[in-house]
Amino acid sequence: MSEATLARRTRSGPGRLLIAVYAVFAIAASSRSAVQLGTRFEEAPLAYVLSAFAAVVYVLATACLAMGSRASRRVALAAVSVELVGVLVVGTASLVAPRAFPDATVWSDFGAGYLFVPVVLPLLGLWWLRTTAHTPA
Amino acid sequence: MIDGLATTLTFVALGAALWGVVLVVVGRPLLIDRWHGLGLLGVVALLELGLLAQAVVGVVELIGTDREVDTFSFLGYLVGPVLILPLAAFWSLAERTRWGPGVLVIGCLTVPVLIVRLRQVWEAHV
Repeated sequence: MSEATLARRTRSGPGRLLIAVYAVFAIAASSRSAVQLGTRFEEAPLAYVLSAFAAVVYVLATACLAMGSRASRRVALAAVSVELVGVLVVGTASLVAPRAFPDATVWSDFGAGYLFVPVVLPLLGLWWLRTTAHTPA
Repeated sequence: MIDGLATTLTFVALGAALWGVVLVVVGRPLLIDRWHGLGLLGVVALLELGLLAQAVVGVVELIGTDREVDTFSFLGYLVGPVLILPLAAFWSLAERTRWGPGVLVIGCLTVPVLIVRLRQVWEAHV
């Protein structure tokens, strides 16, 4: 499969919808994180650093899925995997040690504040990268 | 905050989202030369105008108010939907399958969510 075909397949069909949802999370997480870090960092440093980290992961995943080249798909795979681990670890941690998280992050309580989209999104991302990796029969 | 405008925008956004869902279900792409595509884009354009008006009124009210509002969050929730909707429209027009209107559904659904948050930020006396 040529590079151009691969890129087109990555951002077409369900992929386009997936990238749109990623983009919404990238915009939401980055702007929220900018406000948190800029105006009240000392209130909940751990939560706000995690928010910023999540924002970077979403921006990377969105951009790399949209580009769809072989190299950017590898970065997207890494970003989406980190996202899955992040939402599981932070989700568990926020339930076990709620006092460490005085303010919520996107990944707190497995993304319950965002209708659990944050925990479903990386699974869909992994599935989509896998589906588009193979030439259709 | 003009509650009437915010409520109207919420309903228009949900209506446009529903229209988009119908296109996804019947498997039509977003086509500008068909009544169902042009109509949906028309509603989205009106929604965008309404969101711009809300942003202008919101900024004026923010300057005029003497209550303590979380300024940056408030501005973010005012400007966010104004930017997201046209991006969604462009991203959706580039797709020639049923997933095109699906993108517009996502864009439209963010509008009511951001309006709810906008109201919360306005009403919370931080």
